[in-house]
Amino acid sequence: MTLAIDGWFAIDGDGATHLIGTTCLTCGTVAFPPQRGLCRNPRCEGEETAETRLPRRGRVWSYTDACYPPPEPYVAARPYRPVTLAAVELDGAGLVVLGQVRDLTVNDLEVGMELELVHGPLADGPLVWMWGRAS
Amino acid sequence: MSAVVVLGAGMHPWGKWGRPFVEYGVAAARAALRDAGVAWTDVQYVVGADTIRNGYPGFVSGATYAQALGWTGARIASCYAACASGAQAVDIARTRILAGLCDVALVVGADSTPKGFFKPVGGDRHDDPDWLRFRLLGAANPAYFGLYARRRMALYGSTSDDFAAVKVKNALAGSLNPMARYRARVTAEEVLASPMVADPLRLMDICATSDGGAAVVLASEAYARRLGATAPVRLAAVSTVTPTFPNAVLELPNFATDSCAAVPAPERPFRAAIAHAAYEEAGLGPEDVSFAEVYDLSTALELDWVEDVGLCPPGEADKLLRAGETALGGRVPVNPSGGLASFGEAIPAQAIAQLCELTNQLRGAAGARQVPGARVGLAVNQGLFGHGSAIVATT
Repeated sequence: MTLAIDGWFAIDGDGATHLIGTTCLTCGTVAFPPQRGLCRNPRCEGEETAETRLPRRGRVWSYTDACYPPPEPYVAARPYRPVTLAAVELDGAGLVVLGQVRDLTVNDLEVGMELELVHGPLADGPLVWMWGRAS
Repeated sequence: MSAVVVLGAGMHPWGKWGRPFVEYGVAAARAALRDAGVAWTDVQYVVGADTIRNGYPGFVSGATYAQALGWTGARIASCYAACASGAQAVDIARTRILAGLCDVALVVGADSTPKGFFKPVGGDRHDDPDWLRFRLLGAANPAYFGLYARRRMALYGSTSDDFAAVKVKNALAGSLNPMARYRARVTAEEVLASPMVADPLRLMDICATSDGGAAVVLASEAYARRLGATAPVRLAAVSTVTPTFPNAVLELPNFATDSCAAVPAPERPFRAAIAHAAYEEAGLGPEDVSFAEVYDLSTALELDWVEDVGLCPPGEADKLLRAGETALGGRVPVNPSGGLASFGEAIPAQAIAQLCELTNQLRGAAGARQVPGARVGLAVNQGLFGHGSAIVATT
């Protein structure tokens, strides 16, 4: 199992997918992608962060798709099927995370709808986090 | 504070000419110098707004333009701030004039762009968010524009018809602008029949990538007086602000917003803050604005900007558009140049081109697209990675 990027998400033995963020040990600010070391809160001088598993569910902030194959370094599937993207506001984490959407098209999505973190393969094999229908 | 004035403005027409960016920059610079009545050899300071897709000369564009025009020993600077590069270049030149370190400066930006979507600079760069968003998500720039557009539809009930009406308005203005790339008028039916690119945005909702060049000659008031310039356009403000943490809007090229869990989001989101800082510096407000050039990367985004710069409350830009108030001949024309809808984007030239339009309008020299009695012009823009760009110019 190859992940398309190390340290940004994890897949448990039962297949459950988590985004890995960081929490500042001084002010509690959460960040994704993980910010190891410095905190981005301008009023915090914290330099220690802890890895945090972010909430797996959230509500759609917005969504779109890519009707034409995105340029490199994206590896587009052949034949190409539009990539659906959703920006999801994570429950209780105060941030919105963008991801591809698995098994749903723009016709299935609505702003405010609940989605759950899953994973799926890029066209050349490695796995990436994705948003999927809430179970 | 004594003012900095725009002595000259010049452009190379936008298009897809396929020639080196230096040619466009030099043509624009020469046009601006002619317009100003200033000899190149009298320019004391040159600032280039950089392009990152044209090799080393693009990264040191101040020197590239100075060499192409002929070395004179003038001091130079080069800067990059994505789409906001032009505003930064203007700001660097004007602050040097305000500091009394020079009297007259030339600011140049130009680009030569490949066909199709912008893609990241080459190489495997796993620590570069701009590379990673393509690699992991396939999120090209229109994806972000699509997210904003869909969000706007959900929040305010905007429709594809509203977006098409923006394109129709801007294409009409662009048809009157000899510097624009797209000069044909379009109908809403044509926009709505163009292929979907990033739902809900269609091809004609999204700005193209273009070649083009723009330049301005800036000077101190005293220098302008010595030159005999009567009532030159004044630079009342340049805002190059960054966001305030936590930025709750998903910005290009990011994977996520800042978190509002520990610190609440600021009262004024980033785009609104860009314009607000310019108003504060100019001592003016949205009610004073005669016309605005806003960064319509998409038709939907123009509507967002109209609200962000305070021309109407959030959610009411569609109504303003439908009433014709933002069209040429309306109460406060938006993108009288034709905007990106008519130009396409030549990144480092674009904010300078906005200032050229401000200058032409405030001089009363905009021809068929003149905003009658224009006194105050606002230009706003945003560069990825947190670069604000706003300019207020006055008669």
